[in-house]
Amino acid sequence: MLRYSALALLKHAFTGQPWPRAWRDPVPKDTYDAVIVGGGGHGLATAYYLAKEFGIRNVAVLEKGYIGSGNAGRNTTIVRSNYMLPGATEFYDFSLKLWNSLSHELNFNVMFSPRGQILLLHSPDGLDSAARRGNIMRRHGIAAKLLDRAGMQELVPHLDYRPSARFPIWGGLMQPTAGTARHDAVVWAYARAASELGVDIIQNCEVTGFLRERGRVVGVQTSRGTIKAAKVGIAVAGHTSRLGEMAGLRLPIESHLLQAFVSEPLKPLLDYVIGFGGHGHFYISQSDKGGMVFGGDLDMYNSYAQRGNLPVVRDVAALAVSLMPCLGRVRLLRHWAGVMDMTMDGSHVISKTPVDGLYLNGGWCYGGFKATPASGWCFAHLIARDQPDPLSVPFALDRFARGATIDEAGSGPTPRLH
Amino acid sequence: MLRIICPFCGERDHSEFTYGGDATVVYPDLSAPVGAWINAVYVRSNPKGPHRERWQHSDGCRLWLIVERDTMTHEIRRVEPARAAIDTLLKEPAR
Repeated sequence: MLRYSALALLKHAFTGQPWPRAWRDPVPKDTYDAVIVGGGGHGLATAYYLAKEFGIRNVAVLEKGYIGSGNAGRNTTIVRSNYMLPGATEFYDFSLKLWNSLSHELNFNVMFSPRGQILLLHSPDGLDSAARRGNIMRRHGIAAKLLDRAGMQELVPHLDYRPSARFPIWGGLMQPTAGTARHDAVVWAYARAASELGVDIIQNCEVTGFLRERGRVVGVQTSRGTIKAAKVGIAVAGHTSRLGEMAGLRLPIESHLLQAFVSEPLKPLLDYVIGFGGHGHFYISQSDKGGMVFGGDLDMYNSYAQRGNLPVVRDVAALAVSLMPCLGRVRLLRHWAGVMDMTMDGSHVISKTPVDGLYLNGGWCYGGFKATPASGWCFAHLIARDQPDPLSVPFALDRFARGATIDEAGSGPTPRLH
Repeated sequence: MLRIICPFCGERDHSEFTYGGDATVVYPDLSAPVGAWINAVYVRSNPKGPHRERWQHSDGCRLWLIVERDTMTHEIRRVEPARAAIDTLLKEPAR
């Protein structure tokens, strides 16, 4: 593999030679030690860590379209770890630690930009509860800073600070180490590094069923033939219920639409990622190309359509203009929708399943992108060792039956409200 | 915008309605084994295709409805009141 560096870039600039392809395009073999279904960030990261950390290199990643064509390419690229429930805090903090060194680890610039994320607070009690969240984060060694109104005004001058504002700003809770990363680059980086370690990345290969022997899963049926595997991992967030159904599993998941938006490029306007969780839901950041990238609530009805509806466009636009009136005349460039696995407690699943040989990674709700490295690491650990990493123990599938849900939003078993 | 034909009010935008989730879920008897309750509270079929679901016409007549909608195409095939008694009432000739 060609190592990417400033020198390699310079050399290619002068010689004009085409760059070699970044990952191999192999024909699927008959048998693998492990097959990962789903060539998004999580599936590719899992394959990479299986090969790199757990010594299992005879691995295939099967992707029904092209890699990164699902939610890995549809998210708003935010990376943060401001969680406060036991389990979630540690898991996302581990992920953030992996993000910090990811570009070096994978020899690929994933453009991780820890510019800071600020959760806006709109009432005195909002400030109180954010102070508590910040304290819990600090207790776990995660940087958190409570900002008052003047502090906010200094960092983010373009919000609506008038007392008559629809959402008056009382302060913010900042995680200075949070930020954004380039989502496509994350997919390509893991694919390239995994391929280099011997992982076969098979695109345009849709899994249509599981091979079973005495109840155990021993491989998959695909649009490109039968592939045997000692272990099969599912990482297809959005369609987890469909893959589960093929294996006879019913899961605590509903599929919902989440829309995202990007505006025309603007000059530098917003240095931080801003989140709003008041009477509505909104988050916004500015991409390196200048586009304002933002999103809001789910479409609120079950759907697999990857196509959002207009009431959400209206609601998100209204929130954008209420918080940042200067966006009023900015034109929208694109908006799109992804299909979210929404679980019954708003937390993900990295778990063995009742079916031997079948492992499940899914239910990422809104939070999948930032979890990519830790998710891959923990899932690889589970598949390789048949035991969960301590960080993914709380996210077992049987937590619902045990009453050990991890419900950060406190919304109860209503997936669309998480 | 989805358009739902409310049996009482007629065809309306879905933004007048509140989604109530999977209508095939039936809560078991209070004395049912805990497994039956876990299934009812937490486990969903989550189909890709026809889905029976609850909607309430919250900005209209406030009737709870059962809607059969395709989760892939968003096509609505059938709408009926959630309570059979109301269905009967609505179908009676006007007196």
